[in-house]
Amino acid sequence: MPTVKIPPVLRAQTGGEAEVPTPGSTVGDVLRSLAEAHPATRAQLFADGGDLNRYVNVYLNDEDVRVLEGLDTRVSDSDTVVILPAMAGGA
Amino acid sequence: MATVAEPLEQVKQRIDLIANEKAREEVDSGEAKLIDVREPHEWDEAHLEGATHVPQAELLDRISELVPDRSDRIVLYCRTDNRSSRAADALQDLGYENVSVVRGGIVGWQEAGLPVVAPEGLTAEQRMRYSRHTLLPEVGVDGQVKLLNSKVLLIGAGGLGAPSALYLAAAGVGTIGIVDDDAVDESNLQRQIIHTTDRVGVPKTASARASIEALNPDVKVVEHRTRLDADNVLDIISDYDVLVDGADNFPTRYLLNDASVRLRKPVVSASILAFDGQVSTFVPYEGPCYRCLYPVPPPPEMAPSCGAAGVLGVMAGVMGLLQANEVLKLVAGIGEPLIGRLLLYDSLGTRFTELKVNRDPDCPICGDAAPEIDESEMGKFPDYEAFCAGAPVLR
Repeated sequence: MPTVKIPPVLRAQTGGEAEVPTPGSTVGDVLRSLAEAHPATRAQLFADGGDLNRYVNVYLNDEDVRVLEGLDTRVSDSDTVVILPAMAGGA
Repeated sequence: MATVAEPLEQVKQRIDLIANEKAREEVDSGEAKLIDVREPHEWDEAHLEGATHVPQAELLDRISELVPDRSDRIVLYCRTDNRSSRAADALQDLGYENVSVVRGGIVGWQEAGLPVVAPEGLTAEQRMRYSRHTLLPEVGVDGQVKLLNSKVLLIGAGGLGAPSALYLAAAGVGTIGIVDDDAVDESNLQRQIIHTTDRVGVPKTASARASIEALNPDVKVVEHRTRLDADNVLDIISDYDVLVDGADNFPTRYLLNDASVRLRKPVVSASILAFDGQVSTFVPYEGPCYRCLYPVPPPPEMAPSCGAAGVLGVMAGVMGLLQANEVLKLVAGIGEPLIGRLLLYDSLGTRFTELKVNRDPDCPICGDAAPEIDESEMGKFPDYEAFCAGAPVLR
């Protein structure tokens, strides 16, 4: 099963877990499964139309899915899907 | 006849080791030929006046042309006296009868306070101060001179700015500019190690300057006691070679990005929160810019400040120093900067993750179709506060 890496700001919504095994054969499936299992993440990840929010970056292993097939990018069991929002803090 | 395996102590018993003063007298009077048998980068850093440079590996081949008469006086030296002793032994085997070695080499010479010849660019004090840099072949005197001639701007003298300012000053970055309009607060001292308890209430730029000047008088500190905004950003950044983003808010990060792309200044950017940090290096048009990575900022609830959510103090150090590391590489022109690479650090697991960042062909700032900014528009920037608040941006 693929693993999703949860960024710190979303961990409260996934029961504190930093890495969550989540089923799916595409990046979109995996993220939708995650949102099913942890409904509080849905609004953070997805805009109303079902597209990914533009302010959330998603990576398949180390590659931004925007340069792959976006939410249709195929995922295998040994892959990691990384969710990455920007951080402002420097102070 | 010495073999490579013969112990040095044994070899040295056959060698005449002489004191600094004797060597100096003989060379000055023209009686002896002084030969430095060290490597080129060592010679470049400093050597003895009147010496001829012949690296040890070349000595036996070149000696008959340099000193045809085998009864002529030769004095060798190296860093201490190990290499020169072996070299002297080899010359003796060739029939040279009048060879001596300076005991203690150039290290002993300098420790005795005797003068050496150094290339332009470094004073005697600087040679001492930066010796651990100049010993590195990748840095050398040339690299150190580049650092001394460089100008680096730190946006923010807080969590990220504090450690990177200290290490950049230690490294001899000649001019360090600091942009910060805040004063030192007690809650800063858990991580902003350039400030001190007795400077609570003092403007951060002044406090930073005091620490930097105490650490390294070679560094000129320029205080910019202000916040970056559309009216001052181009003026402020134009004097610097590298910009270090240690800001604590999105509008400043986007402004800095857009201005740096316009003026083609590289930005080393990092951010921290709780136990996590991110760092990358943006070199306009060579790699992605900040907007290629984050086209749109997240809503406030997805990006709390350190003041709201907390941050492990040492995170500021780890990420700030990774930024300083990037600056040194960019200035000295060595290594591989984090261009097109986003490095994530999780301090709870002590794990690094690297993600690829691509130039976005549709980036409104550095993409192929981005509008050309002409002279009259150079200083005009959109409303970043509104952009970050989610209002539509008209460009």
